[in-house]
Amino acid sequence: MAVLDAPRIVSSRAQFADSYTLSRYLATGGYVALRKALTMFPEQVAAEVDKASLLGRGGAGFPAGRKWSMLRKSPISYLVVNGDESEPATFKDHFLVESDPHQLVEGVIIAAYSLQVSQAFIYIRGEFALGLERVQQAVNDAYAQGALGSKIFGSDFSLDIVVHPGAGAYICGEETALIEGLEGKRGFPRIKPPFFPAVTGLYGEPTVVNNVETMSNLPWIVNNGGEAFAALGAGRSTGTRLFALAGRVVNPGVYEIEMVKNTFRDLIYDPKLGGGITGDHKLKAIIPGGVSAPWFGPEMLDLPLGQDEVGEKGSMLGSGSVVVMDETSCVVRVAWRITKFFARESCGQCTPCREGSGWIERAMYRLEHGGGRMEDMDLLLDLCDNIAPGLSWPPQQTTICVLGSSIPSSVHSAIAMFPDDFREHVLHGGCPHD
Amino acid sequence: MTDVIRTTVRITVNGREIDVTPGELLIEAAEQAGEYIPRFCYHPRMDPVGMCRMCLVEIDGPRGATLQPACYIHVNDGMSVVTNSEKVKKAQDGVLEFLLANHPLDCPVCDKGGECPLQDQTLAHGSGETRFIEEKRHFVKPIEIGELVLLDRERCIQCARCTRFSDEIAGDTEIAFSGRGDAIEVAPSPDRPFNSVFSGNTVQICPVGALTAKPYRFSARPWDLEQVESTCTTCAVGCRIAVQSSGNRLTRVLGVDSDPVNQGWLCDKGRFTLDSIDQNPTSSNVLDESTRIDSPMIRINGVLEPVSWGEALEAAATLLRHATGHSVGAIGGASLTNEGAFAWERFVRGVLISENLDAQFDDGLDPILLQGLAKATINDAVNAKTVVTLSGDLREELPILFLRLRQSIVRNGHALVEFAFGPSALRPVARVSLAVRPGEMHLAARAIADGSDAPTGVAFRNEQLDEVRQLIGDTGDGVVFVVGRANLAEDPRVLENAIRRLAARYSDATFLVALRRSNVVGALDMGLSPGLRPGRGFDPRAKGRSTREQLAALRSGEQKVLLVLGGNVLGNVLDTNGARQALEVADVIAVTGHGGPTLAYANVVLPVAVTHERTGTVTNIEGRVTAVTPKIVAPGSAWPDVAIAAELAALLGENLGLESVEHTAHAIEATTGYPALSVMNDEVFDGTVVGAKGAPSLRHALDPMAVPGIRSTESVGIASYVGATMVADSPRGALVASATLADLANDDVLDVPPADAYALRLVVSRRLYDHGVAMQGSPALANLVDPPSLSLHRVDLDRLGVPSGTVVDVTGAHGTLPLPVVLDDGVCVGTGVIAFGSLTLAGDDVVATLVDFDSVFSQVRLETR
Repeated sequence: MAVLDAPRIVSSRAQFADSYTLSRYLATGGYVALRKALTMFPEQVAAEVDKASLLGRGGAGFPAGRKWSMLRKSPISYLVVNGDESEPATFKDHFLVESDPHQLVEGVIIAAYSLQVSQAFIYIRGEFALGLERVQQAVNDAYAQGALGSKIFGSDFSLDIVVHPGAGAYICGEETALIEGLEGKRGFPRIKPPFFPAVTGLYGEPTVVNNVETMSNLPWIVNNGGEAFAALGAGRSTGTRLFALAGRVVNPGVYEIEMVKNTFRDLIYDPKLGGGITGDHKLKAIIPGGVSAPWFGPEMLDLPLGQDEVGEKGSMLGSGSVVVMDETSCVVRVAWRITKFFARESCGQCTPCREGSGWIERAMYRLEHGGGRMEDMDLLLDLCDNIAPGLSWPPQQTTICVLGSSIPSSVHSAIAMFPDDFREHVLHGGCPHD
Repeated sequence: MTDVIRTTVRITVNGREIDVTPGELLIEAAEQAGEYIPRFCYHPRMDPVGMCRMCLVEIDGPRGATLQPACYIHVNDGMSVVTNSEKVKKAQDGVLEFLLANHPLDCPVCDKGGECPLQDQTLAHGSGETRFIEEKRHFVKPIEIGELVLLDRERCIQCARCTRFSDEIAGDTEIAFSGRGDAIEVAPSPDRPFNSVFSGNTVQICPVGALTAKPYRFSARPWDLEQVESTCTTCAVGCRIAVQSSGNRLTRVLGVDSDPVNQGWLCDKGRFTLDSIDQNPTSSNVLDESTRIDSPMIRINGVLEPVSWGEALEAAATLLRHATGHSVGAIGGASLTNEGAFAWERFVRGVLISENLDAQFDDGLDPILLQGLAKATINDAVNAKTVVTLSGDLREELPILFLRLRQSIVRNGHALVEFAFGPSALRPVARVSLAVRPGEMHLAARAIADGSDAPTGVAFRNEQLDEVRQLIGDTGDGVVFVVGRANLAEDPRVLENAIRRLAARYSDATFLVALRRSNVVGALDMGLSPGLRPGRGFDPRAKGRSTREQLAALRSGEQKVLLVLGGNVLGNVLDTNGARQALEVADVIAVTGHGGPTLAYANVVLPVAVTHERTGTVTNIEGRVTAVTPKIVAPGSAWPDVAIAAELAALLGENLGLESVEHTAHAIEATTGYPALSVMNDEVFDGTVVGAKGAPSLRHALDPMAVPGIRSTESVGIASYVGATMVADSPRGALVASATLADLANDDVLDVPPADAYALRLVVSRRLYDHGVAMQGSPALANLVDPPSLSLHRVDLDRLGVPSGTVVDVTGAHGTLPLPVVLDDGVCVGTGVIAFGSLTLAGDDVVATLVDFDSVFSQVRLETR
């Protein structure tokens, strides 16, 4: 049975229709955390985040406290919030920016105070028109009530926040591409080294880049203490996490549940969560952490939803997206659609990603729509191997950023798990589900 | 105690330990150790981007050996690298296969075929068959992205060499990537065509046939080309080039990577004006600058008629026999080699016994002043913490010097101070731009040097002067002044006065001479100016006439005979009307390779071999002597200058003692110590800088893929320098004594008249795309020459009350002309800028009409129509 007794850390207000307004926010404990944080030393705030063992919620799961501690000392440094969530079936930041923008802004101010930066940017996917509007309003409200600008709430701390809309490129969710975009340049990920923006980031200055959900956790952590946060979950995976559940489930949506205490089975089948597979069909496969992640079969249903637990089984919790496929889903079509997304969104810098994604997409299209050949499976696996040598997990890279090594996951999983489906497509001369 | 600084670190490449420079890029370090790592996007002169991924190698790290690109990983001690494992090979083969997936493979009709890195890599390592059965990406091909460059996006492999060059090196933003995924493409700016004066470099560094140059397109196959290494003499930077021909037809010029000079880059004028040398066999009008003169001629019954060398030389000798030292003189010589200049110097001073000779056309600076300055090299200027320019717009006058300086400012954060008399391409990166109007340059220099306030009425401000003084420091240590003729309509003494002030005040500063006309520095060093002597020498007692004084003496009848070296007097002097009157009454002997309006006045025309047809040495702005090498045979019966001077001397009963160019080079070096024959024989160094104390710079072994187009995986032509030794070092005499600043007449007090508040002070500046011989003879570049105009600042345009582009009546010293006024905020308020050489539609010479040649500066009045 699902364990659902944990507090809702980031989604508590979503139940209210006016959850995004300042009045609702203030009525439900808003800006208490910031006032408290301002009475603490910046290092104390960071210590609480460290204690909370808050893992970054953007996908890679890097500990936020450690990221902060890596910020190079410099007269100028920046905080950048990554709200460019653009992956198919990932929509938890979308939910946060629309449902609780004040919580995000308060989190950003707390983080900026702890990092002692005076300029922050919230970069939000351009297509989130409503979210952009609400976050901008929240920023305006914060200025109006003295929570932003100079001498915040009478303290010595000053901060400005700029809300910046993305221009429609998935790659700008990659933190160095996002930084390039903020600088007004084409969204090309930067070469590494330097490995971390915390050393050389925006305008060449040290920069912390954190995800929207990561920031949204901060008011609760300051209010309740890092230890209370760390008491939730287990192992390295502390606190709660938003899961964007999609696909063939009765109740798709965003669910905040405690880490590790629940399994994929809980998330998909619990009546208070996914509510089971639609139409009493049988589960065929799960994409456990966004479309970059290798797939799981039904045998992984009882795997706990924890970062290391999923990692050890050769995939990732990633962006918190869980996609459910049943036996009526065409895995070839799913893999083709995912590849098509990556082919469209490759920035075009690195040859293996640029050319490989397009080639794989076209071959997958043939398989799905007629024209597939038996030898295409070997060809596809070899092309995947040329993008991510060894097809191991975590993947080896031939490209500047991880978009390249994300391309093979779905194709490799689909071919490895369901070779008969591919053969059927070839023999049938197209998709048997059509 | 001082720490011992380690100068090398040890890395392991394929099991072999090698010592490399710390911080060096792995791709370079490995190559020096003999392990060539394939690459497409990497270029040693640009920042690495790691885009093509061809250079993936295995590097040991905390997570075991991982594939990493060698092009942007810096070596560090203990690094272990494998470049030849199965894993590396598979990754590299994979990249190659991916690159070919959408590549059209139209090699048989591609200009790059035969010298294409992609083709070569594929032949060497690629699979024989493709596994790609999908439809390839399609684009309209090719598209014209500028006057000179075409882009075939299907062939493009997205290496970003062209876009990086434009952005990083040239500072242009006319091409950039658009689109994404495999639909990414290099796209021209929607607003401006790719007409950068450096556009040809993108073609040279393109590793496939995506970018092609109109002048070379479909004109030859690489395997039919032969090439020599030489020096470009289009301007005075002295860029090293590979000159290629197919048979006796010049086909292409490519930049050679000379570290101290052009680092592989060229301007489009240097690259694309070959047609002016060998593409006009049909033109026979000797008054046309694009016509090659291929036969000696003498004027018979008012018409120039082809004759034999014997007849022509006798006719010239006859004119000269009747002349004495005072009644004869020579103008020109900047287009000659040092050997040609030396031969003519011997002829004029030794045979004609005349001191009347001048390689400049009254458009340069006092050569005695220039001799007296402490000299800087281009590298000195690039490495200087502060560079101060008192010169024309360097992009228009010495384009590659502009490129080098721009990089030192943008990349290294060095400071640029401009004495800004008009538009300048360096303005956007300048720390301080002192607005100096005509007649104010010396005031700014004086204020800086004396620590005094800006005089009233000037356009520069006190706080600017303070900043400049701070940047220059107390003694000018580490500061380089770049000095060239800024404004042709201003008495050069204004600028010379400023230079002298600064040189006297800042004793540790050095000066880079920014004279622009091809081998003008070499010609002056060979003594082609009154008072100068070969070998950069000076004789304070000698007095002779400058170009301007000779033309005046011809008009007054004091001088009778004029020897024109290099032909084009009328295309080069400012006062063309005065020059015409002088030529009208003079006996003119023109020694030239090209036709031109000057020949209308010539009594005898002697054809010479021009650039790419002759051997010898030239000297660039920094005093670097390099060799020029013939690639084709001169047309008809053109001779080298040395032979003409020697034969003419013989007819006048004198023996110059110069039997060949090599013999002349030997004579220069043996008698003056000036490097000549040693340079011609040298295959190791990047030329020799006259009087330089440091070690000479070694020539680069050409990186096959760094400079695609010159060599690909196989070497063609240019010899390998590795292991070559200097041949036959000729006996070198001691350098002769040069002028010092003390040798200058003391005319520190300059009488500058007040300006007319209702008029604009006139600036005449040089443009790269001008009306000179090179441009006139090159149809491909014809459309790039701007029509004549008068550029004004917004304030003055508003005062006039007309929109940019309106034709107004411009009244100057000698008349009124209709000219369009054009908005350019690079122009100082209260001044107007015209380009040298402009002709109105009616054929009026704009400079000759508007400039007052007897004033310190010229003024014009504008009247709307």
